[in-house]
Amino acid sequence: MADFGMGAALFQLESVTRCYGARCAVSGVTFDLRRGETLALVGPSGAGKSTLLRLLNFLEAPSSGVLHFEGRPIDPLASSDLPTRRRVTTVFQRPALLRQSARENVAYGLRLRGLDNALARADAALERVGLLARAGDAAHTLSGGEAQRVALARALVIEPDVLLLDEPTANLDPANVRLIEAATLAERRARGLTCVWVTHNLAQARRVADRVGLMLDGELVELAAADHFFDAPTDPRAAAYVIGERLA
Amino acid sequence: MDDLLKGLLGALRLLVSADPQVWGIIGTSLRVSLTALGLGALLGIPAGAWLGLRVKRPRWALALLYTAMGVPPVVLGLLVYVFISRSGILGSLGLPFIPRLFTVEAMIVAQALRALPLVTTLTMSAVMGVDAGLKQQVLALGATRLQLAAVVLREARTGVVVALVGGFAALISEVGAVMLVGGNVAGQTRVLTTAIVLETGQGNFDRALALGFVLLTLAFVGNLLLTRLQAVSAHG
Repeated sequence: MADFGMGAALFQLESVTRCYGARCAVSGVTFDLRRGETLALVGPSGAGKSTLLRLLNFLEAPSSGVLHFEGRPIDPLASSDLPTRRRVTTVFQRPALLRQSARENVAYGLRLRGLDNALARADAALERVGLLARAGDAAHTLSGGEAQRVALARALVIEPDVLLLDEPTANLDPANVRLIEAATLAERRARGLTCVWVTHNLAQARRVADRVGLMLDGELVELAAADHFFDAPTDPRAAAYVIGERLA
Repeated sequence: MDDLLKGLLGALRLLVSADPQVWGIIGTSLRVSLTALGLGALLGIPAGAWLGLRVKRPRWALALLYTAMGVPPVVLGLLVYVFISRSGILGSLGLPFIPRLFTVEAMIVAQALRALPLVTTLTMSAVMGVDAGLKQQVLALGATRLQLAAVVLREARTGVVVALVGGFAALISEVGAVMLVGGNVAGQTRVLTTAIVLETGQGNFDRALALGFVLLTLAFVGNLLLTRLQAVSAHG
């Protein structure tokens, strides 16, 4: 991956754990996420990847450990931290759209922030994902790929510093996958967007990421530069995962 | 069959006639039902949204809500009666905002208390039915809790309209509570249901049936308008 001017640590996680009752979905995760970096998280279903994204989006607070954004903790509920929380957003696997037009869906995040020209900006964002012609169509009439592109436009139009992508291209055809990857890459080039991709597609992880992390049973067992992760993983479980072996 | 036909024709005559007594009864029925529904919605919709959005709903609140829904209207009327009568807990205070017995305001209070649990419960169900993924996505886009509630209510608007339709149907056809706290005073607190009871008691079956058909027509038109609103909201 090209260097897009990666800078200082944006997120700092130290022994972050998130438990629901006796079960811990994320357990003792430690890493830094640098500004402008793209990190891919891979691992089997139920490994804690999506929970980790929710923590990074401040939708939940860690049960224990330290999760700092720009050097300080963020309270998911405090109104004083709302401006910071709004610098991070997520595109989920299922593009949950409002029962409105594609344009209104994209404008929604702008309206939340009270920004001007929401509809014009929404149209510009839809054009970037090739959907301007369908701007006025009701969300429920869009195909799965189109809906996901609307979801991506909705996330990008608010110009977040950090974009979290939770398997956004699962179940999409190759053309839509390529389009979503290209739109994200363009944003990264233009604004130095920081990304965390959760994906089951190892080829995609290799294409989009600077670093790749493997999560197993809530733990981050390997985190390395993409080439190193795929060509010479340190942890034997990562080596097994890369070649498609089933991990117990 | 003859009585039904006579009642139907009588209802038509009553509706097209300019009988001020009948139109007064219709007006009072609508005023009481719609004002009470408005008050119930004002409190019930936010309460339903609050409950519906909570991950853990307080059991005491749910138990209270379901119990309130099951209270027979006549018992509800009796409770309001006991509270606001001159010797009652609230009535004895003589406060200006406590309505007096046998007034339209007292009927509105009783009916609003009838509407409140209905609207709250149905709104809560509608909000709970909104895709959990959408709620998470809205928060991920940076919504505050209040903004989340607003967008979820908008998504659940079909269900909220159902709550209003259900509330209106329950109120316009209610008789026990309004009879107790309203007193069925001619020209003041007489509504369609209490007028029907009175006419039946006096043996005026054709007039009672006619008023019954008027009530049915009113309920039908009211619900037609609300279901139209529901159809619009579903595609909006």
